[in-house]
Amino acid sequence: MSDTPAQNVAFVRTSEIPPSPPPTRETGAIKWIRENLFSGWFNTILTLIALYLVISIVSGAAPWFYNGVWEADSIRECRDILAGKTGACFAVLVDRWDHLVFGFKYPQDAYWRPLVAFLLLLVAAAPALFGKIFPRKMLILTAIYPFLAYWLIWGGTLWLPVLVAGSIVATGLVFRLVEGMAVNMRQILAGVVGLLFGLGLAWLLFKGAAELVFIASNIGGSGLSVIPYAVFWAAGIFTYVCVIPMGIFVGYAIYQSAEDGGLVTIVTALFAIYIMLAYLLGPVSGAFNSIIPLELQAVPSRDMGGFMLCMILGTVCVTLSVPLGIVLALGRQSHMPLIKGVCVVFIEFVRGVPLITLLFVANVMLAYFLPPETSFDLILRVIIMITMFSSAYIAEVIRGGLAALPKGQYEAANSLGLNYVQATRLIILPQALKISIPGIVNVAVGLFKDTTLVSVISMFDIVGMIRGPIQQSTDWISIYWEVYGFAALLFFVVCYSISQYSQWLERQLQTDHR
Amino acid sequence: MTTLADRPVTASTGSFKLSMLLNDSRYRSLTFQFIALIAIIAFMAFVGGNLVRNLTAAGLNISYAFLGEPSGYDINQRLIDYDSQSSHGRAAVVGLLNTLLVAFLACITATIFGVVAGVLRLSNNWIVSKIMAVYVEIFRNVPVLIWILIIFSIMINVAPSPRDFRGDDATASMMFFDTIAVTNRGVYLPKPIWGDGSMIVVAVLLASIVGIFAYRRYSRKQLFDHGKMVPVLWPSIALFFVPVILVQLILGNPITLSYPELKGFNFRGGITILGSLIALWFALAIYTGAFIAENVRAGILAISKGQTEAAGALGLRPNQIMSLVVLPQALRVIIPPLISQYLNITKNSSLAIAVGYMDVTGTLGGITLLQTGRAIETILLLMLFYLTVSLLISFFMNIFNNRMKLQER
Amino acid sequence: MAEAAKLQVSDEVAITIHNMNKWYGTFHVLRDIDLTVQRGERIVICGPSGSGKSTLIRCINALEEHQAGSIEVDGTLLSSDLKNIDKIRSEVGMCFQHFNLFPHLTILENLTLAPIWVRKTPKKEAEEVAMHYLEKVKIPDQADKYPGQLSGGQQQRVAIARSLCMKPRIMLFDEPTSALDPEMIKEVLDTMIELAEEGMTMLCVTHEMGFARQVANRVIFMDEGQIVEQNEPEAFFLTPKSDRTKLFLSQILGH
Repeated sequence: MSDTPAQNVAFVRTSEIPPSPPPTRETGAIKWIRENLFSGWFNTILTLIALYLVISIVSGAAPWFYNGVWEADSIRECRDILAGKTGACFAVLVDRWDHLVFGFKYPQDAYWRPLVAFLLLLVAAAPALFGKIFPRKMLILTAIYPFLAYWLIWGGTLWLPVLVAGSIVATGLVFRLVEGMAVNMRQILAGVVGLLFGLGLAWLLFKGAAELVFIASNIGGSGLSVIPYAVFWAAGIFTYVCVIPMGIFVGYAIYQSAEDGGLVTIVTALFAIYIMLAYLLGPVSGAFNSIIPLELQAVPSRDMGGFMLCMILGTVCVTLSVPLGIVLALGRQSHMPLIKGVCVVFIEFVRGVPLITLLFVANVMLAYFLPPETSFDLILRVIIMITMFSSAYIAEVIRGGLAALPKGQYEAANSLGLNYVQATRLIILPQALKISIPGIVNVAVGLFKDTTLVSVISMFDIVGMIRGPIQQSTDWISIYWEVYGFAALLFFVVCYSISQYSQWLERQLQTDHR
Repeated sequence: MTTLADRPVTASTGSFKLSMLLNDSRYRSLTFQFIALIAIIAFMAFVGGNLVRNLTAAGLNISYAFLGEPSGYDINQRLIDYDSQSSHGRAAVVGLLNTLLVAFLACITATIFGVVAGVLRLSNNWIVSKIMAVYVEIFRNVPVLIWILIIFSIMINVAPSPRDFRGDDATASMMFFDTIAVTNRGVYLPKPIWGDGSMIVVAVLLASIVGIFAYRRYSRKQLFDHGKMVPVLWPSIALFFVPVILVQLILGNPITLSYPELKGFNFRGGITILGSLIALWFALAIYTGAFIAENVRAGILAISKGQTEAAGALGLRPNQIMSLVVLPQALRVIIPPLISQYLNITKNSSLAIAVGYMDVTGTLGGITLLQTGRAIETILLLMLFYLTVSLLISFFMNIFNNRMKLQER
Repeated sequence: MAEAAKLQVSDEVAITIHNMNKWYGTFHVLRDIDLTVQRGERIVICGPSGSGKSTLIRCINALEEHQAGSIEVDGTLLSSDLKNIDKIRSEVGMCFQHFNLFPHLTILENLTLAPIWVRKTPKKEAEEVAMHYLEKVKIPDQADKYPGQLSGGQQQRVAIARSLCMKPRIMLFDEPTSALDPEMIKEVLDTMIELAEEGMTMLCVTHEMGFARQVANRVIFMDEGQIVEQNEPEAFFLTPKSDRTKLFLSQILGH
């Protein structure tokens, strides 16, 4: 296009152009302010509004903090000290520190125990959270931690958690032992276990069938209740029919598994842990304790409170709900319609109702569904319901992780001859969980925040403590900014650090080999 | 080559053996499901048996007859007629409507907060984007229950009581030319009175909304057919306001406002918005808004820089890039999490019970439960209600997602 | 050509496929497939995309289920009996187009996983075997790296080694080179040629016609789920009988 005359296109640079500084208005703070704060009328207005906002918040809050009173016995005294000035009454935090952190019933001379448990939590969580930095061996600490923490917080004899841990280890040993047995030895074992288990199952089914008929006869077939009446009758008859075939079949299946050792190993291990926990645990720990008493003052669950209660509920429920969530997610991926259906119904049901209704269930309804003589304390019932709640959300996160895996991974595992359990455990879950960790952490943060809801069913977590014993006491009546602000600060610190961790992890995953 | 053609072979072999229940892929899943079925029945037997025994021991039964009995309690916030002589069932409906009311208000407000904060967080303006980041982090990381209680406490403690408005030396005064009163009992707003001919005004308003859409269509047609750009924004605004105001004036103000007035110890007239409703509404909105802001930000960031650059290279102007290229794609990313945030608002609105707002959890799951002692029935109904709302919302979300997916192919 | 002829083909039957049919829903992907493979044969299967060639070899490994007819591998009938499926899978190795290495495991762990868990080989022994095969595919120095750190060609060679660690008697290749950059195809093909020279029974879905000429003793052309033509490579390429084969060859060799 250019109609330049036939000039020489060849060009050789003969002199260097030295680098020169940019024009002055393009550098430094002035440029930055111009570009970032005052580029155009709209931006300028925004900046001015924002500045006004910041200044008014700071000028409002600064004297409140600055004049804050740290030493006073009641809100009246506090106001006298302030003498009309704006100022916070932080004295409530000093005065009620124990209540806010530990609740009002936890024995004072045992406050060190939850504190130690909390510090150990950080140590135990580190190797699990920062796998790359800490040696793998430190994971043993993580495995020991739950037992230790239980003993520290609830007290009682040390032998109980130690023996429970021991039973779990022993179960693993039984598992290994059976797995490594010679086939003919295992055949004998499988015969015995199969017979026992088959008989036991038949007996259980018989009892269950009788129970179903009992329920049906109590419902009575009139009006609307004719449907459950028919359902329970049908289920009862079905179970009666199943008693003998199921007993024979399951016994036979266990006996048959002697060769490759799958089922018989698991069933024997389950037998072992059942016997240990149900029959040996109590007497043995009692005996040990009478010989070498290692005891802390026992604290009942209902005495837990304050922020400590939130921490306990948060950590316990998250820990329990991850395995449950994995099972639910795998179940939802299953090709078996019944199993898939059960998982879908459970997950969608739990995700569809607010946590409060589940807490109501824990508070007033769950007791109706448990045997009359059992008395779970409220904290345990709440743990069960919160765990169910968060496991449904975690299941959805893990389902996303599973769906993100390419189909080729399943095919490669299959073509190498790995079975479903092996493929899931060795190939699928490690990868799916890794992808899901940020999502799981988000659920955990949400769950931790939701632990405050237990105050609604009159448990005394930190919000319950504020609304109950603190705000209703004559000393600190209707104080709110200081206490709620403190609670908010605690939650903010914990949740913000966890979510920062999650973001760090996400960045790690992005740069990871893949 | 040897062939085995003469040997009849099929995929299934031989007669049925017991071991095939475990080792044959055709039967194995049936076996597992059968075992699962028996486990479920066993669970039913366990739970059902306990329930029957416990109920018998407590002398109770399962019955929903209580829904028809008079409730005997009052509800201070109601959208339909209700008094203490009404039935428990009606109380539940009042609560249900209250839940929907606060959820609806909070959804709209949270969307506004979230979109504004999400967009501003991406702004080049350093101070504004930092303020928005602080807002998001602070509100996301503190339990919503604490926010509800803080805002409720501020309402009660900071706002003046109605008596402060009284007398000549009143310490508080109404806002906006004496039309709105903010008190610790609630906010009092003017209430429209629908006089004769007010329906005409409403009809005109609806007509002008239809007219706006028609006009936008016309302008697009002008662009497509004749290549002419017709201004849209100002004519639309004019179309919205001018006819309604004209009709209102011509008909002699058929729609009038009744202002709240201080009578005795409280304000009368006008619309009352309870403090508990405001606390719940505002807390849910500002808390969920922080989450929505993150969704909006992620949605806009997800539309790669390349899309913006490509649109710019085609010569589209910045506002056209936003409305024609970025927003349609970003919405596809934003809307599914947005809807699940709406779901969260609905579920979190059950925290109303903490501030005494009578939503369905407060009526059915609260006072009705306490008065009748029918824990199982009320909680099941409560769950059923929330479940229905959730399933409805996710049903519509699935429809939306499927439509979006189809457009992708 | 000459090399291929040298390779032994025994009379022993490795795979028999008889009247096998498969449908995806109502779509008939494989129609009346009859195929007998002798031990030591190197078979290349080619054909246009969607002709069912991948599906065919995936059926042999029970990655896909066939609905009619029979497949017998080393005398084991492929039925819905899971024990038979396990047995066949441990006899048959498979390489995929996208390698499908396990990204969370090191190369060595990728190789030892199946021997340890399926064959119950002691870990030490499994690692020795794994190193042997890694040397064979010429990447023993990458044993401790992760798959993502390797090039595509190296990954595919690891995938071959991973299959070999199970000591399979038959190897299936599903387009092993089509996801690779041109300069990496040769290193993978060299490995496969070496394997063929050792007498491995191979079924290979590929578009590498040079490989087919050099190594295969039989080329099968499939179209629309049927075996259209099969012949020795020379005859197949020089004197194709079917029009469909001619068209296909002209398209694939034309440029």
